Amino acid sequence: MSSKQKKQPTGTTRDGFGEGLVAAAQENDQIVGLCADLTESTRMEQFRETFPKRFVQVGVAEENMVGLAAGLALSGKVPFTSSYAAFSPANSWGPIRSTVCYSRLNVKFHGGHSGLSVGPDGATHQALEDIALMRVLPHMTVVVPADKGQAFAATKAIAAEPGPCYIRTSKFEVEEVTKGHSFELGKAQVLSKGKDVTIVACGIMVERAVAAAKKLSGEISATVINMHTIKPLDVKTLMINVSKTQAVVVAEDHQRAGGLGSAIAEAVVLEDVQVFMEHVAVEDTFGESGPPEEVLKKYGLTRDHIIAAVEKSISRKKHNSR
Amino acid sequence: MVSTTIQPYPPRLLTLGELQQIAILARKHVIEMLLEAGSGHSAGPLGMADVFTAMYFQVLKHSPRNPDWEERDRLILSNGHICPIWYTVLALSGYFDVEELKTLRKLGSKLQGHPHLSSAPGIENTAGPLGQGLSQAAGIALGNLMDGKRNHTYCIMSDGEQQEGQNWEAYMFAGARRLHNLTVLIDRNNIQIDGFTEDIMPLQPFKHKLEAFRWNVLDIDGHNIEQIIDACNQAKSTQEQPTAIICNTIPGKGVEFMEDMVEWHGQPPDKKQARQALKDLRTLQGRIWWE
Repeated sequence: MSSKQKKQPTGTTRDGFGEGLVAAAQENDQIVGLCADLTESTRMEQFRETFPKRFVQVGVAEENMVGLAAGLALSGKVPFTSSYAAFSPANSWGPIRSTVCYSRLNVKFHGGHSGLSVGPDGATHQALEDIALMRVLPHMTVVVPADKGQAFAATKAIAAEPGPCYIRTSKFEVEEVTKGHSFELGKAQVLSKGKDVTIVACGIMVERAVAAAKKLSGEISATVINMHTIKPLDVKTLMINVSKTQAVVVAEDHQRAGGLGSAIAEAVVLEDVQVFMEHVAVEDTFGESGPPEEVLKKYGLTRDHIIAAVEKSISRKKHNSR
Repeated sequence: MVSTTIQPYPPRLLTLGELQQIAILARKHVIEMLLEAGSGHSAGPLGMADVFTAMYFQVLKHSPRNPDWEERDRLILSNGHICPIWYTVLALSGYFDVEELKTLRKLGSKLQGHPHLSSAPGIENTAGPLGQGLSQAAGIALGNLMDGKRNHTYCIMSDGEQQEGQNWEAYMFAGARRLHNLTVLIDRNNIQIDGFTEDIMPLQPFKHKLEAFRWNVLDIDGHNIEQIIDACNQAKSTQEQPTAIICNTIPGKGVEFMEDMVEWHGQPPDKKQARQALKDLRTLQGRIWWE
């Protein structure tokens, strides 16, 4: 990072969720919050303190939490459930599928502590599969905000969006990389424009994608897309940019299978565009305990891994056009 | 015989004999629709005909001509596979045409193999995977309490599905939150697909288990319509606890060759068996009449 650039303030997407939920609940008195014994760490605490009568402590029981939320939705409420992504959706996926999604109930799911960036808690708590689990469900909207401000906006947006929605957050501090960009569900944000490569990222990896593009500037010009809504995917914005650069790098704090990269690959193969895609994600393995940054480094989710992927995709493009 | 469609709410006082006749008529429809569908569950729907009849023709506050009526009580079915009896009683009480019953499990039908919320009027929830109904019913009851509404919520469950852990999460929650506006009716018919419930995973002492979870528990004959109505009234007058009514039933009730036979949990009758079943039902009618 060059010295003249001032560092943006940092924050976590879980804090953005917590504040966004309170803001949404102030506007809509039908919003209720359910939490499975993780009120402080999933940042539902502020909601509980502001609206104690609208807060439901369900105990360590994620399946029941989802079922209760479904019932509350049937009685006209707008319920938000909150837990770690490794517990909900992971433990509660059956009721999410059959009780909520099939009935298209207006239930919002918050999966906190997602990804390897959870760090010291280890692999049991590092949800790397939740985007895949939620993305395959009909009617479900899937949002992975990039920074605190965006998590705030995304929480308010899903509160107003009818039907089941999933918001994935992290406890990892990131810069406010989307500041100045307005948020709209299902509309990707183009954070910078370039001609050589398109880097598509979500969640905490957006900050790293921006940093990679900055580091490369001068030699390689990169488009950076913040694909905060994974479902419905903004295929239009994706294709406009990808068809220009052909080289594409997707970065996510998630398993390679089933996440943002898969969603993009599924979309791209249906179009008449040749792309050279590299994927920065977890390679079909579990994580482990350690300081978050060190875990991210060991499993290949740093700025430099994105840079290497960019170089590889551009080299494949050049080789192929010869 | 009573007419096929009876407006149950506001209630016209039906005699016990009329309610019993409706239950037999419902069983007849169940046999016919299963025969037509060629697949589905026989024992549970027949065993629960009396409970569903009591609920829709006596206990529930509801309005078939206005299914979304704000003040209605709700009935959530957790063991979705017994939906033929739900569909039948909904049709008989006027939610939709009885003719619709013949479309069960067919392509494009409102009557899915397992119930789907709002696919036909009166269907209040989606059910299929076992153990997911009670949480929903508790959520509705909780929502009503939050809003100060007096609507009552009922949940019908099977005994086999008590093996699902989510139920016990929900029992714990409803007991702790004293959801007195919630009543569960459990079809205690002692069978499940793979055999007898007590062989597969014993539930006894079921009553004590539920009481330990802070529930008011009643144990009744699930074929005695008077007892079903009385138990529901008792449940409504219990102010500090949710109530579970263990309805002891005979799976396949009314059709002699199906009664208590595990084999009939998950299969429909063929033509010959259906003829025999309908004959049995006529005999059942005679028994009820003269006993």
